[in-house]
Amino acid sequence: MYWQKENECMPRVDLEQLQLERLQSTLYRVGTHVPFYRQKFREMKLDFEGFDSLEDIHKLPFTMKQDLRDNYPYGMFAVPLREVVRIHSSSGTTGMATVVGYTRNDIKNWSDLVARVLCAAGLTADDVIQIAFGYGLFTGGFGLHYGAERLGASVIPISSGNTKRQIQIMQDFKTTALVCTPSYALNIADVMLDMGINPRGLSLKFGLFGAEPWSEAMRREINEKLGIQATDNYGLSEVMGPGVAGECQQCNGLHISEDHFLVEILDPETLVPVKPGEIGEIVITTLTKEAFPVIRYRTRDLTRLLPEPCPCGRTFARMSRVLGRTDDMLIIKGVNVFPTQIESVLFDIDGTAPHYRIIVERENHQDKATVLVEVQESYLFDEMKKQSALIETIKSRLSSELGIGVAVKLVEEKTLERFEGKGQRVIDNRKI
Amino acid sequence: MLKIRNLESGYGKIKVLKHVSMHVDPGEIVTIIGANGAGKTTLLATISGLIKAVSGDITFQGQNICATAPEKIPALGCVMVPEGRQVFATMSVEENLILGAHVLQKEGQRVIRELLDYQYALFPVLAQRKTQLAGTLSGGEQQMLAMGRALMSRPKMVMMDEPSTGLAPLIVKEIFQIIVRLRDEGKTVLLVEQNAKAALAIADRGYVFETGKVIVQGPADDLLNNQDVQRAYLGREKID
Repeated sequence: MYWQKENECMPRVDLEQLQLERLQSTLYRVGTHVPFYRQKFREMKLDFEGFDSLEDIHKLPFTMKQDLRDNYPYGMFAVPLREVVRIHSSSGTTGMATVVGYTRNDIKNWSDLVARVLCAAGLTADDVIQIAFGYGLFTGGFGLHYGAERLGASVIPISSGNTKRQIQIMQDFKTTALVCTPSYALNIADVMLDMGINPRGLSLKFGLFGAEPWSEAMRREINEKLGIQATDNYGLSEVMGPGVAGECQQCNGLHISEDHFLVEILDPETLVPVKPGEIGEIVITTLTKEAFPVIRYRTRDLTRLLPEPCPCGRTFARMSRVLGRTDDMLIIKGVNVFPTQIESVLFDIDGTAPHYRIIVERENHQDKATVLVEVQESYLFDEMKKQSALIETIKSRLSSELGIGVAVKLVEEKTLERFEGKGQRVIDNRKI
Repeated sequence: MLKIRNLESGYGKIKVLKHVSMHVDPGEIVTIIGANGAGKTTLLATISGLIKAVSGDITFQGQNICATAPEKIPALGCVMVPEGRQVFATMSVEENLILGAHVLQKEGQRVIRELLDYQYALFPVLAQRKTQLAGTLSGGEQQMLAMGRALMSRPKMVMMDEPSTGLAPLIVKEIFQIIVRLRDEGKTVLLVEQNAKAALAIADRGYVFETGKVIVQGPADDLLNNQDVQRAYLGREKID
C-alpha cells in the first residue's frame, strides 16, 4: 500500500534529478532569504547559485542545534512570519529552545509525508487512530494528527497521559491503531492487565511508535502483549517532525522520504561519509521546506542505511532504527533533555553547587528521572522546612525548563564523583 | 521525457540561463513562469537546438540532444509552437498544417489525411477556414493553427511559448482547455507563460524563472499558494 506511489516507487535516476532540482532551489531560498546561510556561504566563498551536483553536498556548511539556538526565535526562518501558519518549539527557555515554522505548503507536505508513514504501516481511511502523543509545541501530536486526517482515518486526539482513560476510550471507540512512544505502549498493556482487560479482545491492530529509542525485543514484547503489529517511525522537529522516515510492513528498516530529505551518513568524528551500510550520524538537508529549510542538519542520531532494495517496492533507502546518540542528549518520556539544561537551572539557584548527577530508570515501562544535587553544607544541617523548600524550587524550575517532572535529591558537598575532562553526569539504567 | 541539468546558455557573451535544472515527465503539463527577460524563451530555443548550450545536459527520452541540429529535433518527437504564432500568412490553413507534417513525409498521404482530420476535430474553426489564407485569421485562430501545425508531426512533447499573448480572455480560456485536452490524450506539454495564474491553474508542476535561474519549483498548487510567487507573478498581495 502506498500513499504517493509515483514518488515512493520512483526510479532512482528520476529521484536524483528531482533531488538536484529541489536542492538547487532550496540553496537559492536559504542563500537569499536566511541571513545565517547567506553569511556562511559568503564566508566559505560558496557560489550557491552554481551548485550543480549532489556529489558536491560535502561542500555545503553544516547546521548545528546551537545555530538554531543562536537564532532564537525566528532567525532561521526563510519567509516572513505572516506566511507562517504554524510554530512548534523544543522544550527549554531562551538560549536552549529551538523554534521551527511551517507555511501552508509545509503543512500540506508534512501531512502527506506522515500519511505515507501511516499507509506504509498498513493503515487506511478505515482505521480509528488514537494519538497518545502530547499535543502542543512538541511536533509529535500535531504531526501525526494532520497525517492521519490526510489519510482519511478517524482521529482520536486524546493526547498523552491518563492511562485508564486511554484504555477506556480504546475500548469504547474501537481504536484500531495506537500512536505513542513504545514504552508508553507497554505501560498501557500493563495497566490493561491490572484492569482485567484482555488486549486481544479489543479492536487494536496497529501501533506506530517513535520519539524514543527502542529495540527488536521491545517490539516483540509489544506485539505479543497487545496483539498488534508495531512499526517504527522517525523524525525530528528541526527537520520537520514525524514523517521523515517510517517502516513498511516488512518491519525491516525505515524508508526515508528521499524526495523531501537528502540524507548523508557521516562519521561523527571525521565528518566524512561512512562506507555503505556502516553506522554513522544521519545528517539531513530539507529539499522542500519553505519556512524552515535546513542544510546538512547534524541530527546527532546514529543509524545506518540498509543497502538492499525492500520487497515492498519502495525505492527510497531504508535506515535502521536509531541506534544511539553522538551527544549527551537523553530522551525521557519521549522528551529530549540535555544535561546542560539541568546545569543552567542549578546554576541559577542559590545554595546549590554546580555538581549534579542524573539517574534515569524505567519502572513499569515508565521513565523516571532523579537529579542528585550537591548543596552547601548549611542546608543539610538546616531545618527540614528549608530543605524541602529548596527541593521544591529545584523541581519546579526543572520541570518548567525540561517539560517533564523529575525527582530531586540533595546530597552533601563533594560526595559526587569528580571528573577530569568530559564528565559522565548521566547514569542511564534503562534496559531497552 | 525531458531532463535538463545545470543548463547554461545565452547569446554570444551574454549568459541568459544559469544552472537551470528541470524535468518533464510523460503526460504532464509543466509550466515555466517568470517575468520578461527571465530566460523562458531562451530555454525553449536551447531545447529546440536554435541556441547551443554553453554547458549542462539536455536529454530527451534518454538521448542527449545538446548537439542535435534544430531540424532533427521535431523528428525525435519534440516540437515547438513559437511565440507570436508565426504562421505562413500567404498560405492556406490546410497548407500550413501539412507543412507541420514534413517529418512524416515517408508515411504517405493517408497518415497525413488522418492527422488533418484530427486537427480539424480538435480545432473545428480551422476546418471551417481550411482554404482561407492564414494571414486573414484572427489572433486566436492563428494560435490554434500554430498548435495544429505542431501537432501534425505527432509529437510526444509540445513546447508552447506564450500562447496567451495578445489574446482575449475568452480565447485564452479556450486555448488552455485544448492544452488540458492534449495532456488528457497522453501528450506532454511544456508551457511557457507570463500569465502565471492561468498557466498554474492547468499545469501539474511549475518552475519559476528569475534572471535566468529557477528560484522556486514544485507542484502547481504549491506555487499558487507560495507567497513569493503570488507577490511577484500573480499580482496578488494578500491582506489579512
